[in-house]
Amino acid sequence: MKVSSQNRGGRAALAARNASHSQDVSRFVARTRRDFLRTAAGVTLGSTLMRSSWARATASSKRKIVVVTFGGGARDQETFAPEGQENIPHLMRELIPQATFFTQVVNRGILGHYVATASLATGVYETFNNFASVAPQSPTVFEYFRKDLKRPPSDAWVVAPSNGFNRIGESSHRSYGAGLGAQVILPKHLLTAATSGRSNDYQHLLRDNYETPFYAPELAGSEFELQQLDKILKLSVDDFKDHAQTLSSPDELSVYIARRLMRQVAPSLLWITMHDIDIAHAGAYSLYVEGIRRTDRLCSDLWKTIQTEPEYAGKTTLFILPDFGRDSDDDAGGNGFQHHRTGDALSRTTWMLAAGPGIREGEVFDRAVDSTDLVPTLGSMMGFSPSLAQGKPIGELL
Amino acid sequence: MLPRDLKTEQFAGYPPEARKLVANYLGTLQQLPLSFLPSLLRELIDYDFKFPAERKAREKELANLGSLSPDQLRQLFQAFAQIHLSPELEGFDWAKSPVQFVERLSAYLWSTHQLDAFRKASMDYADHLRSAAPPDPPPIPRLGITVIGQGVASYDEALFRKLRPHGAYFSRVKPEEGLPRLLEAVAARAKSHPAPYGHWYIDGGEEADHAPALTCISYKALEPARAALLRRMQPELDRPGMGPEALRTLLAQLRPAELGMDRVSDDKGTDEVLARFEVSLLTEGSGTQIFSTSFAQWAAREALRRAQPLTLLVRFAPRQRQKPMNELLSAVAARPELDFVGSLIDADFGAYYNWLNQQRLPGADQSSFLVWFEGHSQALAIGPSMPRGTESTSAADLEQLLAWAV
Repeated sequence: MKVSSQNRGGRAALAARNASHSQDVSRFVARTRRDFLRTAAGVTLGSTLMRSSWARATASSKRKIVVVTFGGGARDQETFAPEGQENIPHLMRELIPQATFFTQVVNRGILGHYVATASLATGVYETFNNFASVAPQSPTVFEYFRKDLKRPPSDAWVVAPSNGFNRIGESSHRSYGAGLGAQVILPKHLLTAATSGRSNDYQHLLRDNYETPFYAPELAGSEFELQQLDKILKLSVDDFKDHAQTLSSPDELSVYIARRLMRQVAPSLLWITMHDIDIAHAGAYSLYVEGIRRTDRLCSDLWKTIQTEPEYAGKTTLFILPDFGRDSDDDAGGNGFQHHRTGDALSRTTWMLAAGPGIREGEVFDRAVDSTDLVPTLGSMMGFSPSLAQGKPIGELL
Repeated sequence: MLPRDLKTEQFAGYPPEARKLVANYLGTLQQLPLSFLPSLLRELIDYDFKFPAERKAREKELANLGSLSPDQLRQLFQAFAQIHLSPELEGFDWAKSPVQFVERLSAYLWSTHQLDAFRKASMDYADHLRSAAPPDPPPIPRLGITVIGQGVASYDEALFRKLRPHGAYFSRVKPEEGLPRLLEAVAARAKSHPAPYGHWYIDGGEEADHAPALTCISYKALEPARAALLRRMQPELDRPGMGPEALRTLLAQLRPAELGMDRVSDDKGTDEVLARFEVSLLTEGSGTQIFSTSFAQWAAREALRRAQPLTLLVRFAPRQRQKPMNELLSAVAARPELDFVGSLIDADFGAYYNWLNQQRLPGADQSSFLVWFEGHSQALAIGPSMPRGTESTSAADLEQLLAWAV
């Protein structure tokens, strides 16, 4: 039987590691990250008996949350392992010393970017086709937040990289769904609308999906996007185009839009999905590492924005976590950094950092946390009840 | 349909040798679980166009399965039998289209959280095969050579960082006539130990002069096929609803003639085996259509995995600077800019993968590997007699390094 192939259909035949071994690998990864962080960033090992003072830090009505997915998928050896340190100087030197860091966040779901990000946002491992334009089946964090706390549509926003994410703000769940979700803004779609999809000058920002070089998204009309530019972001088409010309990647455009949203709308719940790193699918290692370095810098830029924007300073918790990792070099079924198709332990094991008022600084926890624990944690922080989420609140942050 | 219902007529669409092989083992195949059998058929359906090493592996696998009693087969495939499949999968014509079935099976395993169980079952089966039908050791120790950095004038960062712990780093290599000398060494091995598809030369750019005994593929030579592929795909991209998976299914069905490829071997007419291999590099590999470095790495990976060559020389060439995908796909005639340093970084990591993939083959403990920064004085050699994690400032030419490593 063939046990190696690169196409998606080969995933099934790529099986390689049993469950107990996966747990060993996850623990090893966590321990390595922790040891490294203790020496490189001067952080300390936390205890689950200690509790954050988050609940006392900020009045609930003024609290804000910004979630950034460090996407799409980066491995330890290019980030937190000793040889990867050079690629994440901002995380290492600026953010982690101010943050609580979880070394072992395990994603037990489907390792496709849209479905995995949707799982992060619902707290349930969604099972829909990663490439289909469908809404998550379970209620999203945005719907819990808005329905329970009676927040207006303007208070929950998603900035997403590719047009395939346009349904992520709102589930198809009958008790939630329509009208209760987040506003979704797709910066590349905005750019297409602003340029009427004609200008070759902007084509380099429009790539939608790195899973296959042939993928070309179908784009809808532009009226809504132009309205977003004008009414919400208070940007003229020309100013937007001019600024976009100064940017080198789609994620830079996303961060630009996110900052604009923070300034003009100041949503209490803002979710930003990065995607540049996923260029790894094209197989060029230098471009993959370049993507990691850019994402590291953009995370720092966002943290600085949070600290300087009056509506966010002193009352915002920032979460940064990858949606998942990438295949290990040791799994013969994969092709190393290029994909996330084997489902091996390294591709499932990631990390998360949280920073902001009430979050303990420079602490590391290496117990296993589940990807689906994020939504219940946000619920406990903000005061809503994600009743259908599968995960549990992370006590060390509450 | 379930495996027990299999009949020889259902393989009428298979090529002749594959059809014969399946018919010979029909009784055994009927006893295998549906979660496993189509993966095996996916290999067998292309049996006529496989490399010798692959054909032998399939023959040994089938012979082993055929030697087992029904009870032994049941025990061996117990974990596969416990994988739950949907009625839709059971109703699929998997005997006729095993590739498409495995695509669907993969998605189903992910969505039903059965992938880990399938992984474990597959791993255990692979372990069984390795012990029950072990692969033959190579007749001579394998040699891998990777040449990186073509066109780079200078580079100050450390090279071969991933490989240094496994071999000896040389900083005073004489680069003169380096590539011809390496190709001569490969040719000498091909002459002394001739084997079909046993000695390979893969070039990420334009192939250099080389002995005809080498199996050679190059990015440059495939340029017309890449252009034909892009022309065929462009209308598909414009179809509403066309996504990555549908596109992959289309790509998997392409044959060499559809891309204008008529590979002719020296003495036997068209080399359909190699032509199909080349098509698969372009249709199954990600990035191989646009980045020559991705092409060279993936071609080496697939050549090692499938053909298991005794000798493999891979020469990376500069890839084009990253451009927007739509611009790349439009195949505009403008001269592409090259990214020399980025390509060197890609190739440096690619060399590590070439070595890793070589070490997955039988005889790994005796195999050797050499990576050289083309036109420069840096190289690294790995071999049974090479000290690990060492550095040498002794002056040496590439022939000497090869002699020490092998």
